[in-house]
Amino acid sequence: MSLLNIENLRVTFATETGPVEAVRGVSFSLGRERLGIVGESGSGKTITGRSVLRLIRPPGRIEADRMEFDGIDLTRATERQMRALRGPRLAMVMQDPKYSLNPVMRVGAQLMEGLLRRDRLGRAEARRRAIEALEAVQIRDPERVMEAWPHELSGGMGQRVMIAMMLIPKPDLLIADEPTSALDVTVQAEVMSILDGLVRERGMGLIFISHDLRLVARFCDRVLVMYRGRIVEELAAGDLLAAKHPYTQGLLNCLPRIGGARAPLPGLDRTGAWANE
Amino acid sequence: MNNLIEIENLSVIFDAKGRKVRAIEGVSLTVAARESYGLVGESGSGKSTILRALCGLAPISEGEIRIHGKALAHHGAKAFAARVQMVFQDPYASLHPRHTIDRTLSEPLAIHGIGGSDAKVVRALEDVGLPASFRFRYPHQLSGGQRQRVAIARALMLEPEILLLDEPTSALDASVQAEVLNLLARLREERGLTFLMVSHDLAVIDHMCDRVLVMQHGRAVEELVRDDLAHARMKTDYARSLFEASADRMLDPAGKDSA
Repeated sequence: MSLLNIENLRVTFATETGPVEAVRGVSFSLGRERLGIVGESGSGKTITGRSVLRLIRPPGRIEADRMEFDGIDLTRATERQMRALRGPRLAMVMQDPKYSLNPVMRVGAQLMEGLLRRDRLGRAEARRRAIEALEAVQIRDPERVMEAWPHELSGGMGQRVMIAMMLIPKPDLLIADEPTSALDVTVQAEVMSILDGLVRERGMGLIFISHDLRLVARFCDRVLVMYRGRIVEELAAGDLLAAKHPYTQGLLNCLPRIGGARAPLPGLDRTGAWANE
Repeated sequence: MNNLIEIENLSVIFDAKGRKVRAIEGVSLTVAARESYGLVGESGSGKSTILRALCGLAPISEGEIRIHGKALAHHGAKAFAARVQMVFQDPYASLHPRHTIDRTLSEPLAIHGIGGSDAKVVRALEDVGLPASFRFRYPHQLSGGQRQRVAIARALMLEPEILLLDEPTSALDASVQAEVLNLLARLREERGLTFLMVSHDLAVIDHMCDRVLVMQHGRAVEELVRDDLAHARMKTDYARSLFEASADRMLDPAGKDSA
């Protein structure tokens, strides 16, 4: 059975110059698998991810013919029900640890907050679980990191702390929004394999949002390519090189390759009929 | 060989709360005139610090940097600015938010007492492929790629010989990155510029540079010419691991087999 079903999702923002449609009729379903959403900035990939958690503030408006998570109708759920879902069942790792961690709270306190207040665990038990979560994301000295302030962490450490925090309640679905874009290539591979392991061991569903086609191709089962608020192509990750849509092809071709020709890189041709659909 | 930039045994040491942090340790490299040289490594490897030391933003604790055979300290600040300019990583942070594009571009000319700024600003916008109507806009009215074009135009206002490029495209989308890289390659060709370019993306460095220095923990690990990089002929394990982890390899079916 699929975990998440979305049909005809539309997100509109009312602006001074009239409504702007950031997401224009996106439909997809997700099982316990790794789904990648790729696109350039402004393609609506982040907004799509946030809509699933209903984290769009007015003047933004979410509309969908159907938006169901594990049989729960997300379009009808009350704010109270949504709060109960966010965290334990639906979690999201945001893009930038600098803005997503509380700067005036030690890392340990942030990790334990949910355990103490939501799960009503004792301090010792909460601390043990928090350290366990840090170890699960390959942080070598969790005791020190627990006592650290967010500004004392590097980008890669911050990102791993956020992943640890989201994974403590063992969610069924994790939405990771560019979780590795601030990281070095070798750390990137490490974080991806952590997420990968969780999908396999816990049977978690993963939506991986990224602008990096290559990364998505490597770590996901399926890829949705978004352009201007629509899904222009859906592919099995292995077939990415055989992409048919001119936008996907353009995105692939404009990347420099090691040992490639020195000729100017082909730009992305946005003159086709598809670009104005 | 006529070496334009010579860095000899450079060390950069910062003092952090009484603790010495050695950001660069004994790095040497030379860049010939009109060459394009790349620095690659992970964050904290010191690649950007070399650029910053070159233009006086980081202390030269040991060793020497020479340009045209003359130590950095002996170049006057103004004369140096006319020779060496830098393009920074983040076009959202590197342009003054309350200066129009016109003011950003004409300021170097005013400082150096160069006339005819009106025509030069128009010309500069044209050179980087921006419409003339952008002249009186503010940075927030421009996209990331357009801003990076402005930053490149600004760096070229004084017609320098050397352009220091600190991750000039890592904040940009792939298609915009392609446009900016093409622009940089064209300008280098037209003006005979010398590039010293920093990136964490080996494919970008490979596309733009003739030689590349792989760095780790503030030290030089290995210098590679372009051909060696393309054929994976690196000698050190670290350079190889960087090559293997490069995102570029993920799409390459041959690359996956050999990995």
